[in-house]
Amino acid sequence: MYIIRHRPLFFWITGLLLAGALGAILVWGLPLGIDFTGGSLMQVQYASNVPPLATIEKQVSVVPLGVVSVRTAGTGQISIRSRTMTPGEHSAVLAAISQNASTTELAYTSVGPALGSQFTNKALWAIFAVMLVIVLYIAFAFRKVSRPVPSWGYGLTVVAMLLIDIIVPTGFFAAYCHFTGAEVDSLFVVALLALLGYCVNDVIVIFDRVREHLAKNEKTGLKESFEDTIGKSINETMRRSINTALTVALALLALIYLGAPATQNFALVMLVGVVAGTFSSICRSAPLLIPIAKWFAKK
Amino acid sequence: MTRYRVFAFVALIVGFLLTYFVWATQANPESAYQFKLGLDLAGGTELVYKADMSQTPAAEQSDALAALQGVIERRVNLFGVAEPLVQTERASALSGITEDRLIVDLPGVTDIKAAVAALGQTPILEFKLATTTNMGTTTATTYIATGLTGRYLSSAALQFGTGATAGLAAPTVVLNFNSDGAALFEKITAANVGHVLAIFLDGQPISTPVIQQAIPGGQASITGNFTATQARDLVRNLNFGALPVPITLENSSAVGPTLGAAAISAGVFAGIVGFIIVALFMISWYRLPGFVAAVALVEYLAFMLSVIKVIPVTLTASGIAGLIISVGMAVDANVLIFERTKEELREGKGAREAVHIGFSRAWPAIRDGHLTMIISGIILYWLGTSIVQGFALVFVLGVLASFISAVSLSRIFLLAIVPEHKEGIWKFLMGSGGHNA
Repeated sequence: MYIIRHRPLFFWITGLLLAGALGAILVWGLPLGIDFTGGSLMQVQYASNVPPLATIEKQVSVVPLGVVSVRTAGTGQISIRSRTMTPGEHSAVLAAISQNASTTELAYTSVGPALGSQFTNKALWAIFAVMLVIVLYIAFAFRKVSRPVPSWGYGLTVVAMLLIDIIVPTGFFAAYCHFTGAEVDSLFVVALLALLGYCVNDVIVIFDRVREHLAKNEKTGLKESFEDTIGKSINETMRRSINTALTVALALLALIYLGAPATQNFALVMLVGVVAGTFSSICRSAPLLIPIAKWFAKK
Repeated sequence: MTRYRVFAFVALIVGFLLTYFVWATQANPESAYQFKLGLDLAGGTELVYKADMSQTPAAEQSDALAALQGVIERRVNLFGVAEPLVQTERASALSGITEDRLIVDLPGVTDIKAAVAALGQTPILEFKLATTTNMGTTTATTYIATGLTGRYLSSAALQFGTGATAGLAAPTVVLNFNSDGAALFEKITAANVGHVLAIFLDGQPISTPVIQQAIPGGQASITGNFTATQARDLVRNLNFGALPVPITLENSSAVGPTLGAAAISAGVFAGIVGFIIVALFMISWYRLPGFVAAVALVEYLAFMLSVIKVIPVTLTASGIAGLIISVGMAVDANVLIFERTKEELREGKGAREAVHIGFSRAWPAIRDGHLTMIISGIILYWLGTSIVQGFALVFVLGVLASFISAVSLSRIFLLAIVPEHKEGIWKFLMGSGGHNA
């Protein structure tokens, strides 16, 4: 019952988290990678010592590419970012940096500007469509419990939760990018999509319990305040929410510490999202139903 | 109980066979059921071309795209790559503007420039009618596409005939059309006797003969100003196929073999460690049911990996992410069931009865959770780009499998072991956390 009694406290924490995340996104921005903006990215491994970045920049500047960013990436590795290179320019850059050093190109990606903006569009549409369908499905699945909150109210609450569940890790990643120089790539979008799936499931488990109690109360004629029903439901499902989050977090930690560098940022975003999402499902999702119920009672 | 023991025995045997299948097909490099790895894991080059369909009538676009795919496939095979993949994609879902793309995957190739050059030698062959308009003192010639292009070509041959240069045999390229092309060629020549029918190669007119009469039989010859070597190259390139529509390179990416191999070994290691930690947690917290869940999870994984091998699903980094999340969902379904069972045990129910009720109580939440995820996954697959689709496909398969395994496997195993009443050691085995049942 603790969570229900201290509802305002948790709403405040939510507000602060949300404000922090939005602040991070607005102040630092999300540095979009070439998957979104178009451009070329080369990852090069040096056999021996990496020359100073200024030297590499100078070597690359013989190829007229405009603004080129050269960064260190891991031991003995650098990454070179620029506008979309032609195959000819790409091999010219490779030749330029290999003059006095033995290098191997680990990976090269080049995305045309048109495809980049298409990816952004598609990703946003996909997230939007998934949310819409979730509202509809939940409104359908909860159609038998219409009091004190209509069934589509559950759907809308879930979507409100999901928005927060996505904004918080995004804000975290904006800060992370700001301090580490990481960039938003398509795997970040995949992480958000995976989080959508995880958090929906998490909230549904709690709402399912609310649904079960409401149906049981109606059957037995038990008069119980909506707040008590919700408090009971949260308490009964908390163990499960925490245990599931713990197992997923353990798997993600293994991925962060032992997994491939390519999936480390993915796992980190997921981990933040799972922790924040679990907090949000326990402390916010069902409590959020109470003000909605009150609002409908007034009408 | 005997019934459940038979089921459980069968499930164990099937699980064992699936595990053996996954292991054996992976251990044998010759096996047709090796994991198909995406380029981000296996290393290789991916080229994405945009096909310019603006000159192609809408009704013929899908044919032209198929012809394009065929031509590029022949080209790629010439390049000598093991298991190349040429796909076409029509992107139109959202923007309203259709865009036709050609995706060429070349596993093991890391030299983008050489790959692009090898594909780029494919010529674009077009036949255009010339119309001359007088504009005062000058005349302007415009060329109108006839619809006759390289896609109607069946073969090209080199001949030496007597040409303008006395004493030297002028190289002539003879074009043989297929039956559709022959009919079209005859129609065009019959209708335009006296006009110039220019032959364009890669956008340049290489020959501008005047049509003397209708030409049946589907053969045309080009006697341009080329040397014997140029003519021979042209014939070779035309025989490997002329592009029906122009293409431009939009995306290219290459992953070196070391990066991909490191990603796989690190990913597999992290996966195994993650799985062991999760299994240990489940066993230490949920005791016997946790152990049962761990066994069910091994079966679940063996099943998923077999499905991925048999379909086959191409595994990419995002696909592996989908797999991990779906394993998380499978764990969650078990946790849900055990928590419900625990509640029933606390109310004093017998062990078996508690398991039965626990499953049926957990069912609505599992059903709604899994169904929303499956629906979301399908939408993502439908709307997403290839990297999102890689995630969505494995995710949907994984959630489906979890749906089945959670409600059948764990249940069959538990009901095959758990006795009617909780007495003695069963109080401990069916307990969880710090409490006995």
